[in-house]
Amino acid sequence: MFGKLTLESIPYHEPIIMVVAAFMAIGGIALFGLITYYRKWGWLWNEWFTSVDHKKLGIMYFIVALVMLLRGFSDAIMMRTQLAMAAGDAAGYLPPEHYDQIFTAHGVIMIFFVAMPMVIGLMNLVVPLQIGARDVAFPFLNNLSFWLFAVSAILVNISLVVGEFAKTGWLAYAPLSGIEFSPGVGVDYWIWALQISGIGTTLTGINFFVTIIKMRTKGMTMFRMPIFTWTSLCANVLIIASFPILTATIALLTLDRYLGMHFFTNDFGGNMMMYVNLIWAWGHPEVYILILPAFGVFSEVIATFARKRLFGYATMVWATISITLLSFVVWLHHFFTMGAGANVNAFFGIMTMIIAIPTGVKVFNWLFTMFRGSLELTSPVLWTLGFIITFTLGGMTGVMLAVPAANFVLHNSLFVIAHFHNVIIGGVVFGMMAGLTYWFPKAFGFTLNEKWGKRSFWCWFIGFYVAFMPLYVLAFFGAVRRMQSYANPEWQPWMILAWVGAVIIMLGIVCTIIQFWVSIRDRKQNADVTGDPWNGRTLEWSTSSPAPFYNFARLPEVGDIDSFWSQKQRSEEQLEEAPYTDIHMPRNTVAGPVISFFALVIGFALVWHIWWLAGVGAVGVFISFMARVFNDDIDYYVPAAEVERIEREHQQRVEAQA
Amino acid sequence: MLLALCLFLAGCSSALLDPKGQIGAEQRTLILTAFGLMLIVVIPVIVMTLLFGWRYRRSNSLAKYTPDWAHSNVIEAVVWIVPCAIIAVLALLTWKTSHSLDPHKPLESDVAPIEIQAVALDWKWLFIYPEQGIASVNEVAFPVDTPVRFRVSSGSVMNAFFIPHLGSQIYAMAGMDNDVHLIADEIGSYPGRSTNYSGAGFSGMTFEAKVTNPEDFDAWVETVRAAPQTLTYPEGYEALAEPSESNPVEYFSAISPSLYESILRSFHTGGEHQMGGDHADSHDGENEKTADHAAESGHVTNNHASQDNAMRSHSSSVEVGG
Repeated sequence: MFGKLTLESIPYHEPIIMVVAAFMAIGGIALFGLITYYRKWGWLWNEWFTSVDHKKLGIMYFIVALVMLLRGFSDAIMMRTQLAMAAGDAAGYLPPEHYDQIFTAHGVIMIFFVAMPMVIGLMNLVVPLQIGARDVAFPFLNNLSFWLFAVSAILVNISLVVGEFAKTGWLAYAPLSGIEFSPGVGVDYWIWALQISGIGTTLTGINFFVTIIKMRTKGMTMFRMPIFTWTSLCANVLIIASFPILTATIALLTLDRYLGMHFFTNDFGGNMMMYVNLIWAWGHPEVYILILPAFGVFSEVIATFARKRLFGYATMVWATISITLLSFVVWLHHFFTMGAGANVNAFFGIMTMIIAIPTGVKVFNWLFTMFRGSLELTSPVLWTLGFIITFTLGGMTGVMLAVPAANFVLHNSLFVIAHFHNVIIGGVVFGMMAGLTYWFPKAFGFTLNEKWGKRSFWCWFIGFYVAFMPLYVLAFFGAVRRMQSYANPEWQPWMILAWVGAVIIMLGIVCTIIQFWVSIRDRKQNADVTGDPWNGRTLEWSTSSPAPFYNFARLPEVGDIDSFWSQKQRSEEQLEEAPYTDIHMPRNTVAGPVISFFALVIGFALVWHIWWLAGVGAVGVFISFMARVFNDDIDYYVPAAEVERIEREHQQRVEAQA
Repeated sequence: MLLALCLFLAGCSSALLDPKGQIGAEQRTLILTAFGLMLIVVIPVIVMTLLFGWRYRRSNSLAKYTPDWAHSNVIEAVVWIVPCAIIAVLALLTWKTSHSLDPHKPLESDVAPIEIQAVALDWKWLFIYPEQGIASVNEVAFPVDTPVRFRVSSGSVMNAFFIPHLGSQIYAMAGMDNDVHLIADEIGSYPGRSTNYSGAGFSGMTFEAKVTNPEDFDAWVETVRAAPQTLTYPEGYEALAEPSESNPVEYFSAISPSLYESILRSFHTGGEHQMGGDHADSHDGENEKTADHAAESGHVTNNHASQDNAMRSHSSSVEVGG
């Protein structure tokens, strides 16, 4: 009846997990109670869960990502604590069985459920506004993408209290992830969480690709698009091209595990090297999916706060495009030590280094944007300056890893861990924090508290160096990744220092939480009614904050790069305004959450081999999808009079403020 | 911070910066060279970030402000040419060292090389000495200044064989005959381990590499030969391959012939489940290919000559999975 699921699957003998589960349950019940008490369920369902508004979806992506960041960070601090303790004969407090799940969960959560939703959330919030569109090309798909992602996050969290998570490392290398060596359900949770969210990501990629290609406002040629839109376009091209590889690879692993096939097993012609190649053929483009939009954020931030045109716009675009193309021909640098011949290794090493050229050029472009600018040292700018320094160092260690003969001693060591945190924290996290602060007023109509934002930056910046520089050092002593304990007590001081760094980063996260609290409390003082708090340059700042659900009452026209800026410079806007017209908008839909709920049912059932339940889920998906397909009532018109009323109210608010 | 790190590393004796063999030494030089080359860009970038960030802050009314200046051919040229030049040098270095430090390349030496076969098991290392006919677990010994060809494979999941003081690591994969050539130039005992996560016992998957003078090596071989245990294939091997964590050092005074090849071949099973005389031929064919391949790349080893026979006599005992 319940497949492999029994009461024994709940790890109630593990005190740590049970305490965490208790906290999650208390938090969940409290949240549930509050929403019920304030009778907000209807509002949540109608205004948010079923919404197809890209701005609301962007906000929801960010909320889930921030919650998952707490989960991923708890894993991080648990690992650092373990390693600070487990020197010499000491075993620490986490047995391998638990520790191995934690580092796997940390990697999976941070990449798939923190970094990805932040990047996608920011694209959702910003891209349609930047290109002067009223929504994305496929609003329903956008809602579905979000929910598929959200239920995958739920599936990962279920694994904490029902069963176990994978003990394989975040990429679940075969044959370790095969049924022979990982007979438990951990890898199955990994498989279905990634498959379901992967479908969502692929749909997002297609959606935004089409949106950017087809829905740009009048006059916005490709080479007038804001850089963030450009980097998003390239990231979505990468999603479309690479996520199918992930889906196929995991599907093959699934066949191995569920149907006894031998794609990646040790015997019967299975080939684990194929798995490693395939997973990295997706995995390397994946890191550029994360970093390119972050590059876009920094470009916007630096130009806005330096009050100056971005230096070398065309160079920036071409650098982005070349990084996009090159990211597909470097995957082998993740396993130079597999034993490929010298020519193969050298080729992939050199291709990897070539990526450093456009990236380096970008760095100089940001620097020369500051040069002879008028730079306001706000927290987004601090994140940007911190990024330039940190990312440059991370790029340097990346090139060192790209030299195959050097990689032979650095591979799998803590050097690799330090390197990718160097670029992911220094690049993606700093970028998302900058983007969050920068576009927050556009989403909510008030700015974030600067003081706590800057405190958060300094904690993250200093914490990063204290946490990860020791790992570079330890690599030179021969310390490797994924160790649960180590024999050499000389490593311990460095491990303790790294722990201190993690604690400093934790303070940074606390500062961000306080920042939200303080900013929401003081939202009246920090309100921005103009819609343009930073004296911005691109179209998103030309509409009110928070932007009306239809984004633009009249679709803007664009004559150059930074069109809003030049419009403000001309300030001859007293021309006769065209009359408002009816606006065509998509209706909210219950299909996204319902289909995704059934997808969650399928995922959970397949993890536990509860076949009938998987069947129920599949039928549910099919029926709810069909109901959506045959529903013709999916759009409506906002009458011109209604638009006029909303716009006039906004006008009055602006005048009242002035 | 970075400077402190460099100073620390330079002044301290760590495995990678204080290598005990030619490969490791060349890799240290390579790492430091690459590091130095990139500092040519990295240091100016950091200085410029701080300098521009401070000088062009809004409150500084003395600094020049040109809001529409966004292009300069000279600057564009410089920011493309400098990284290109550095990457060109690095690419050249990469090409050269990828070949000179190719792990599969035999080392040049007047001393005859020895071959040691390393097999990753859950969670321990089995070292087979085909010439000496002995084996050990979690301890490997070899003479100083003697090139060693480690043939590396796995009886379980993927691992990687690494002695940080000596240089290059290489993946250990079931059914795959990988190799890495290393040499030690200083007598001593160096920690070695698997670097590729392989499951619960991974952290304890360490071994000791004893680099000795030739006499002590012979003495070590004799010690192993005096051990009561022997390693038969498949029974003894299968017992050893059972998962164990932080396995103590073990010695085996004798081993089944072609033990390493048998382990390799145990994964080369196809769709047919019964073992008959016909199969021996096909296996031999495969085996010859391996041997040819080895000869081609210049690593002819003593035991290859006797391999065919050994294989034939053992093929009937290879366990076919499924």
